[in-house]
Amino acid sequence: MIREIWPVLWDEWIVFKRSWFQITTSAIIGPILYIVAFGLGLGGGSSLQGVTYVKFLIPGIVALTTMNASYKAISTSLATGRIYNKTFEQFLIAPISMFSYCTGKAIAGSLRGFYAGMMVMGVAILFGVRLHVTPDFFLIMLLSGLTFACLGMFGAMVVKSHADMNRFGTFVMLPMTFLCGTFFSLDQLPFVLKEIIYLFPLTHISTMLRAIATYEAYTVGNLLTVGAYFIAFFLLALYRCYKVAA
Amino acid sequence: MIKTENLIRQFGKQKAVDGLNLHIPPGSAYALLGPNGAGKTTTLRLLSTLLAPTEGEIYVDGEKMQRASKAMKSRLGMVSQHFSLQRDMTPREVLKLHGYLHGMSRRDRKEQIERLIRFAGMEAEQKKLVSELSGGNKRKLMIVRAVMHRPDILFLDEPTVGLDASIRRSIWDLLKKLRYAGMTIVLTTHYIEEARVLCDRIGMMSQGKIVAEDTPEGFMSTLPAYVVEDYRDERTDYSYFPDRDSAANYIAGQNTTATVRRSNLEDAYILHTDTKGSKERLRA
Ligand SMILES: Nc1ncnc2c1ncn2[C@@H]1O[C@H](COP(=O)(O)OP(=O)(O)O)[C@@H](O)[C@H]1O
Ligand SMILES: [Mg+2]
Repeated sequence: MIREIWPVLWDEWIVFKRSWFQITTSAIIGPILYIVAFGLGLGGGSSLQGVTYVKFLIPGIVALTTMNASYKAISTSLATGRIYNKTFEQFLIAPISMFSYCTGKAIAGSLRGFYAGMMVMGVAILFGVRLHVTPDFFLIMLLSGLTFACLGMFGAMVVKSHADMNRFGTFVMLPMTFLCGTFFSLDQLPFVLKEIIYLFPLTHISTMLRAIATYEAYTVGNLLTVGAYFIAFFLLALYRCYKVAA
Repeated sequence: MIKTENLIRQFGKQKAVDGLNLHIPPGSAYALLGPNGAGKTTTLRLLSTLLAPTEGEIYVDGEKMQRASKAMKSRLGMVSQHFSLQRDMTPREVLKLHGYLHGMSRRDRKEQIERLIRFAGMEAEQKKLVSELSGGNKRKLMIVRAVMHRPDILFLDEPTVGLDASIRRSIWDLLKKLRYAGMTIVLTTHYIEEARVLCDRIGMMSQGKIVAEDTPEGFMSTLPAYVVEDYRDERTDYSYFPDRDSAANYIAGQNTTATVRRSNLEDAYILHTDTKGSKERLRA
């Protein structure tokens, strides 16, 4: 099993190694802009849920950055490998199972998300905001990465071109980026809208990260919801891989 | 040995591979020769577990092929028609990844990488990125990658398409070496010369079917030895004769500038695979 997952991880590691500078800069440019524009600009001085707005904002940005980085890493590498480089075939023809392949991709994506999330926290420190973190903060980041890597994997197995991949990003990822309690408190929203937004996994992730950062408690329900999404996305991706292999 | 029984693969209504009964002995080299769209790629993808048959069975050494079988996959090597290489890896890294995928030991992996880089004559390129390699070197890299885990059977889909003549010959040499080392080789091509030089058996394929199968010499011996090419009315007529005299007599009786030549494997190919009637297709 580990023997089968390792080559998938190593493949992604080389991609990372060859372009870590572009990966790093593009992972933090968005978050820096959010911190400056929304945190310091728009919300400067005000407070939300008892903390300064910047402190409120940064866990949300960590959540959305983790999500986008893992999603993008895996959807890009898989869509490219399947449609353009045809490297996906190399894994299909190799003596490894699809399960190992998908697991490898999910872990690789999770680590990429984790890396980007850590970068954001580093940037936050430069802006003078130090978050309170606990081990479960990191575990939630990793779980978030797994979840969205699997969503990216599913997307990349479905689309026919990079243009399709971009559309998938615009219609699925972009709304989550802005709506899921990342930039504002959901308490202010009308009940129905709030219920809808709580259907998205990112809402639960940003809620949990923020709770930890502000010394509050989150519920097991949040964790289970994200876990359920992870399993669902993983199974969908695995199913698509089997279909493409058939 | 590879054996297929009534192998069929359909895409929608179209039968890309239509009832193939192949028989490829171990250690031999077999060429699937046919025009574009004949079903060569589909056949190789079926044989290499990449594609599931619609009907029929494949046997390797008497064992029925299970597509998900890891043991089966370890016995096969595949060089696909398109380049399928990680563009931002070096050739050494490409091989290393393949070694990982096949669970090779660290020591075996390292030895094979050294050996294969030398085998392919790519010492000077081993630290470059794949995206910087020439087409010929990419193809060579794909070939040595496919044999790195020491498969019994190597499939190659148009291994020299788009390469110039001298690089094509160096790839032939690479494949000859593998063959003499005992590997079973199945390749597809539409270069007749490639099939003749590399393979001991040729299956001519057209519209999903093997329409003729023989050794290169066998094809030649059943073909009349001489051809008269007669170009008139904007098309060339090809007439076949068993000896030079009868060909010459024929030309003497015609009032044109016909030429006579020895027949070759290409004539056999055209006669067997041309579906629209050779005269139609041979229009100048
Ligand atoms: N994935 C596919 N979907 C639909 N049709 C296909 C597919 N692959 C091949 N075909 C069709 O099957 C026929 C045989 O194709 P192929 O095996 O690629 O031929 P060759 O390699 O001899 O040129 C062609 O008519 C091609 O259009
Ligand atoms: Mg082909």
